[in-house]
Amino acid sequence: MTENNLKVTINGREVLCSRNETILDAARKADVNIPTLCYDDRLEPYGGCRLCIVEIKDVPRPVPACTTRVKDGWEVLTETVEVRRMRKNILSLLLSNHPNDCMRCEATGNCALQTYSYEYGVDGDRFAGESWNLPIKDDNPFIVYDPNKCILCGRCVRICNDVVMAGTIEMTGRGFDSKPDTSFGKPRTLDNCEFCGQCVSTCPTGALIDKKGCGKGRAYEMKKVKTTCSYCGTGCSYYLNVKEGEVIKVTSDYEGPVNKGNLCIKGRYGYDFIHSPERITTPIIRKGDKQVEATWDEALDLIAKRFGEILEKSGPSALGGFSSARCSNEENYLLSKLVRTVFKSNNVDCCARV
Amino acid sequence: MVKVNRMALKKKAASQAGKKVKPKTSARTKTVARGKGPAAKNLTIKVCVGTGGLAAGSQDVIDEFGKQLKAHGIKAEIAKKCVNKTGCRGFCAKDVIVEINQNGSTEVYQLVTADKVSRIVEEHIIGGDPVDQWLVGPDYHAFHDKQTKILLKQCGQIDPENIQAYLDIDGYKGLKKTLSQTPFEVIEEVKASGLRGRGGAGFPAGLKWEFCSMSDSPEKYIICNADEGDPGAFMDRAIIEGNPHSVLEGMIIGGYSIGAKEGYIYIRAEYPLAIQRLEIAITQARKRGFLGKNILKSGFDFDLIIKQGAGAFVCGEASALMRSIEGKRGMPRAKLWRSAVKGLWDKPTVLNNVETFANIPLIIEKGADWYKGFGTENSTGTKVFALTGKMKNTGLIEVPMGMTLREMIYDIGGGMTGKKNLKAIQTGGPSGGCIPAEHLDIPVDFDSLASVGSMMGSGSMVVVDEDTCMVDLAKFFISFTQHESCGKCVPCRIGTKRMLEILTRITEGNGKEDDIDLLLELGNDIKHASLCGLGQSAPNPILSTIRFFRDEYEAHIKYGRCPANACKSLRQYLVNAETCKMCGKCSRVCPSGAIIWEPRHKAELDKVNCVKCGACYDACPFNAIL
Repeated sequence: MTENNLKVTINGREVLCSRNETILDAARKADVNIPTLCYDDRLEPYGGCRLCIVEIKDVPRPVPACTTRVKDGWEVLTETVEVRRMRKNILSLLLSNHPNDCMRCEATGNCALQTYSYEYGVDGDRFAGESWNLPIKDDNPFIVYDPNKCILCGRCVRICNDVVMAGTIEMTGRGFDSKPDTSFGKPRTLDNCEFCGQCVSTCPTGALIDKKGCGKGRAYEMKKVKTTCSYCGTGCSYYLNVKEGEVIKVTSDYEGPVNKGNLCIKGRYGYDFIHSPERITTPIIRKGDKQVEATWDEALDLIAKRFGEILEKSGPSALGGFSSARCSNEENYLLSKLVRTVFKSNNVDCCARV
Repeated sequence: MVKVNRMALKKKAASQAGKKVKPKTSARTKTVARGKGPAAKNLTIKVCVGTGGLAAGSQDVIDEFGKQLKAHGIKAEIAKKCVNKTGCRGFCAKDVIVEINQNGSTEVYQLVTADKVSRIVEEHIIGGDPVDQWLVGPDYHAFHDKQTKILLKQCGQIDPENIQAYLDIDGYKGLKKTLSQTPFEVIEEVKASGLRGRGGAGFPAGLKWEFCSMSDSPEKYIICNADEGDPGAFMDRAIIEGNPHSVLEGMIIGGYSIGAKEGYIYIRAEYPLAIQRLEIAITQARKRGFLGKNILKSGFDFDLIIKQGAGAFVCGEASALMRSIEGKRGMPRAKLWRSAVKGLWDKPTVLNNVETFANIPLIIEKGADWYKGFGTENSTGTKVFALTGKMKNTGLIEVPMGMTLREMIYDIGGGMTGKKNLKAIQTGGPSGGCIPAEHLDIPVDFDSLASVGSMMGSGSMVVVDEDTCMVDLAKFFISFTQHESCGKCVPCRIGTKRMLEILTRITEGNGKEDDIDLLLELGNDIKHASLCGLGQSAPNPILSTIRFFRDEYEAHIKYGRCPANACKSLRQYLVNAETCKMCGKCSRVCPSGAIIWEPRHKAELDKVNCVKCGACYDACPFNAIL
């Protein structure tokens, strides 16, 4: 652990930092907000959007806060006229190659570019010039990619390569024409993509969108319900985005102690079963050739009766328990308790041994 | 070389004075040469096979020499040995350059082609009488005598594909000396020499090495940046092609001082000859024990790997280059850590330019004080420049730091071609700026160039005359940087694109009143907010041309006129009826039939059909086309 022995002031507020911390870390400690587009806690600092530039007293040129480590005695100013002017120009440049269709954009209300453009009063026409008119890539069931809205913050590329390590997308092209894409621009399939949606979760604009939630509601209309994923024993947490009683989509819980906002395909997109008409909602008992719906009491009575009979007839070794990886630790414990103390059998196992 | 030049000069002086003086040895040569075999033993023919030489046809010249020598009975195997391949001599404007050493006398021919060989062999080698009309002229001597060659001294003299040639000129002596010293002593020597990185930024090489040597990581790397990408620059290529072992030796010394066991040479794949020569040099150095395990029985292990770049300009930027070696997309990394702490594969790394490494063996062998004898106080040593543009003697030159631009262009470069005056010098490639003629007397060193808004860069120098439009020139460079931008940071990716668009509309006559201010504001923002050196220096050509040639920008915007008459869209051609002599030349060259002319009638220009190609303007012998 490095010592917090560097004294840094951010807009006059003094904080103690270690030599590994950046100006952005220091600003967060000092409760000062610095705008960022390419920064994500889950990723290494990138320094691509240049929006976090700040001034340091007695340092000749402005520096990016996310990729500059603090030095003792620095007096950092994050909101000077010059810095705000430069940020405004950077946002103007971004908007000069960005479709002005916030009114129908899926990300409206949840778009960092929109938020900062509003905050800085950006005029997109100042640097008007050639802008992209690229085809929208809607070639798979989960992710829609509109390159025209991409600001090349590189977050999708980094999360795909550095966190998920799937290597689905990478920056392609050069200069003004560079953009993230799959290799050779091929459609996303299970051959080249895991469909974990991590790229969507980190996209600060509407360039990458969850297809399943398209057109179903704005971010501010959703009630966010924190829950734990039911698919495996890892216990990732996420938010179910609910509108009028319907689960519209899943968004990341960056404070989740297990997953820190990361999810896999099941957690992010495997929620169809919630509203599926085929979902089994009551116990079913087979009677002759037919399967008949029953109450929980009926079902549990039947199970207890049949287990008792087997135990009496064939002894404890005829019974065993096999639990699912989708169960929690507590549920697994209860099953083993049941098998060992009630059945008096050691035949107990779980599939979560991989 | 100097000795040779003096001899040749003397001869020239004598011949000018009306006396035909034959070389001292000629009489003897004549008699001996007729004896065929023996003459060839004292004969060396050096033919430039640098990329410039090869492009000018030096392979044909070599083949022809072989053929001719054989035909004249000079034994084939001797002929094979006596025709030497050498690296670039720098005077590319007059390639192929052939040097003939015979019985102690040396003559240099310029512009040699295969069909000239037979006469040279007959008259000079056999007859002992050099073919005066093809010998190099005074500009060759002016070009070479004003230079101070320490790095390029051996280029064009030794056979780059033979390690023995390098050893014969005290090669690897610096390495031997290094291995008897501690790394600390070596670094102190490099620091004392004041050597600054030749890649452009001019960071002191010794300090860089010192930072890296301080790390106790067991794995360290040393990298040679041979990804020379500036348009018009070919210094590094010439050094590698002409004397590859000097770079190798510099890298081994560097590896020893910082504690690296492995080094990479990152070289662009567009330099196949340089790569081939490096490969040969590395193989030969391994065989002789200068590379590999236990180098010269000192216990020091070091080896080199060649990594070919795929042609991205941005991969010349240190951190992008390292990403490229790692197999990733060549994009610069934010400088959270110095590369001396976390560089290649996140291990401490030193990266220097080819020219920097080539200086090292000389500094170690001859000492820092010797090296400091060249150049200025803050920019020591010599620097290699690639002179291109509207100059008589284009080519590669090496001069001490601090020489003025005027000396370089007029004394070495031989002045301008054509009648037009010098307008500006573009230094430092697309990252540099344009220096106007009034600053011709500034000394060329890192700090002086920076003071006029340009930079040393890797050492390319493009001289432009009054026919070049400065707005158009700035447009050329910004379109280059825009195309080569990696796209990572916003100012460089979109900012340079917008600057290019603004410049394009200015050169097309659609400039707006506040475009200059917009360019200045955007330029300064890109300079300050970009991530890497490419973006930070991309606006330099624009900012410096606005600074020195603002009137040209204003002429385009306010009056729709290009003062250099170079911007095609703004050109207006007219026939001056007063000076037209009715010759009709203009009408014959016009590709679009826009000149109406009949014999004994003055020409008229049809503006509707005119495609503004300028053919009539060039063709008119009476300057009647305006």
